[in-house]
Amino acid sequence: MRGAVSGETSGQPNEDPVARAEKALADLSSEFGGWMDSECDRLDKARCALAKKATQSNMDALFHAAHDIKGEASTFGYPAIASAADSLCRLIEHTPDIDRIPLKLIDQHVDAVRAIYREYARSDAKQLAATLTKRLHEVTREFLLHENRERPEILEQLSPSIVPE
Amino acid sequence: MVRIDFNRLRFLVIDDNAHMRRILRTLLHGFGAREVYEAEDGAAGLEAFTHYIPDIVITDWAMPIFDGLELMQMIRQPGANANPYVAIIMLTGHSEKKRVTAARDAGVTEFLAKPISAKGLYQRIINVVANPRPFIKTKTYFGPDRRRNTNSNYIGPERRKGGKADVIRQTPLLEKARAPV
Repeated sequence: MRGAVSGETSGQPNEDPVARAEKALADLSSEFGGWMDSECDRLDKARCALAKKATQSNMDALFHAAHDIKGEASTFGYPAIASAADSLCRLIEHTPDIDRIPLKLIDQHVDAVRAIYREYARSDAKQLAATLTKRLHEVTREFLLHENRERPEILEQLSPSIVPE
Repeated sequence: MVRIDFNRLRFLVIDDNAHMRRILRTLLHGFGAREVYEAEDGAAGLEAFTHYIPDIVITDWAMPIFDGLELMQMIRQPGANANPYVAIIMLTGHSEKKRVTAARDAGVTEFLAKPISAKGLYQRIINVVANPRPFIKTKTYFGPDRRRNTNSNYIGPERRKGGKADVIRQTPLLEKARAPV
């Protein structure tokens, strides 16, 4: 009974719904630059709040801002930013004692996200992003390995995603 | 060939990020959906779920008040609300194995990792409409059958915990969403 299924809207039987949705998203894309700007601003504000007062609430806000950027950057047309945001998420999420996260390392992540966004129009933007992100990942990994050296269950959580693309 | 009409389905989108809600609304409208309701956190999401009784819930994981996982656990409480069998698509930036496992064990119907794509979302929706899994109720679990495939040749121990399992089949969404010929 199941057979092949296609979606459609009544009255438009021949139009591919995915193509229609992609076009609608493309029509929306003129707003993406402004949205990315506001997300980077939100990340920066969260970093400043944390620097003023290191509370769990402020750390959660920073994580949330980075987590949203990680999920949205590619959709907004800035895929190179997602990886830097992901590194910050990992740093916060997998450090057992957040008071031990160096503020400097957080600053480096936030500054990298903002720099990549700011310089996105450059012809070597991808290379710039790759260089910044690679270094962030290396430093973060070293830090997390050290902080979790007696917590194999945390290290195991850093395993790759099993979600099909 | 079976065709579905998105116009006949009611969606509830729950995400604390306004940009993401706008993107999801745009995609769903692009597919042809007309009833798309929104909520900006877990509590508002539960209220909207009770009020609108959607066919499909698309929820983020990380949200204030209570998150998508907690929301799903509340929805899946048998007898707690109008429709614990609702199709729930978890859309999230989390993609680690433990997260996927946790969502599966909380009764998620489909899991979709960000970044979102029109094709990815569309495929998940088609899957919940056209290929619904029966619900399983045991002492420790209530939700879609976590086994996507059954193997009649399986010889081995019963791995399903929680004792006796009730298999509950629902009226497929396909019957509601099938487009007229």
